[in-house]
Amino acid sequence: MDKLQIYGLVTGILFGVLLQRARVLRFEKQIGALLLRDMTIVKFMFSAILVGMVGIYALHDLGVVKLSIKPLILGGNIGGGLLFGFGWALLGFCPGTAGGAIGEGRWHALWGLAGMIAGAALYAELYPFMKRTVLTWGDYGKITIPQALGVSHWLVIPAFILAGLGLFWFLEKMKV
Amino acid sequence: MKLKTADGGWNPYLAGAMTGVLMILSVVVAGKYFEASTTMVRAAAMIEQKVAPEHVAKAEYYQKEKPIFDWQWLFVAGVFVGGLITSVAFGDFKLESVPPIWKERFGRRILPRAAVAFLGGFIALFGARLAGGCPSGHGLTGGLQLSVSGYVALICFFVGGLIVANLVYRKGARHG
Repeated sequence: MDKLQIYGLVTGILFGVLLQRARVLRFEKQIGALLLRDMTIVKFMFSAILVGMVGIYALHDLGVVKLSIKPLILGGNIGGGLLFGFGWALLGFCPGTAGGAIGEGRWHALWGLAGMIAGAALYAELYPFMKRTVLTWGDYGKITIPQALGVSHWLVIPAFILAGLGLFWFLEKMKV
Repeated sequence: MKLKTADGGWNPYLAGAMTGVLMILSVVVAGKYFEASTTMVRAAAMIEQKVAPEHVAKAEYYQKEKPIFDWQWLFVAGVFVGGLITSVAFGDFKLESVPPIWKERFGRRILPRAAVAFLGGFIALFGARLAGGCPSGHGLTGGLQLSVSGYVALICFFVGGLIVANLVYRKGARHG
């Protein structure tokens, strides 16, 4: 294994530990969030996003790290995003958590993993077509929210932190 | 704030914040942001290579996402290892053939669950590739970089998921 593969494996193991301990790997938590009954995964996700946001932008401004923004393509992001949601609700796992769920002994996630690999194979066949059609619809390029608003990211980040804390307060109040 | 949730899990805010730190470290050390769904494409290409290597060599998408064990492949495998080690160490490893919410709603037979999980995984991964990412690549990585595409995709993941989860599981999950 080269150095990058070792970094990948170690990072994945640590992520798996945190996902497992916070119960985020569980089918019950994923479906619970989609039924608005148990928002564990939403709390986990937005806590990670807010901490990551402050750290990555601070290090970016210091010239230590580079950003890696995916393009905004409305056809792909919206069409594919909705399709992902439909499938996610049926399966109860996402690509990052299915493997961890199998690790926990929830071996029924194997069916979903097989389905994901088959879905990837079909997408590979249709990619040349998608590239000519859906992936040209509403292409705005690699754009961030601060760029779209024309303001400093240090104005947007505090707003996101406040919104996040408000969301957490609301979820705790609703006991979900 | 409690450090443990009612089901014995770690506090999701704390585990999420630790994940945020892990994501920052990964970018600093390895230059890699969290993503998972491209690994399914590489896995599909690896399987197809066994039966039709010349097809894989010609397919545009498999040339873009080559059948190699890259950082992300090992990262996804690491989540499995992390889930396994942690669930065994903390005594909550459990072999489960059908998720409890599903069992309550549709019964304990494996075949119907396998069929729906396969279909779910299939649709989810196709959608993730069309969208350009999954809850890791768009949600965590896009979200922390304030990428517009990340938030558009994340909203669509949840909208699609809310619709289907409520159609499929609402009745059975009453006690889940």
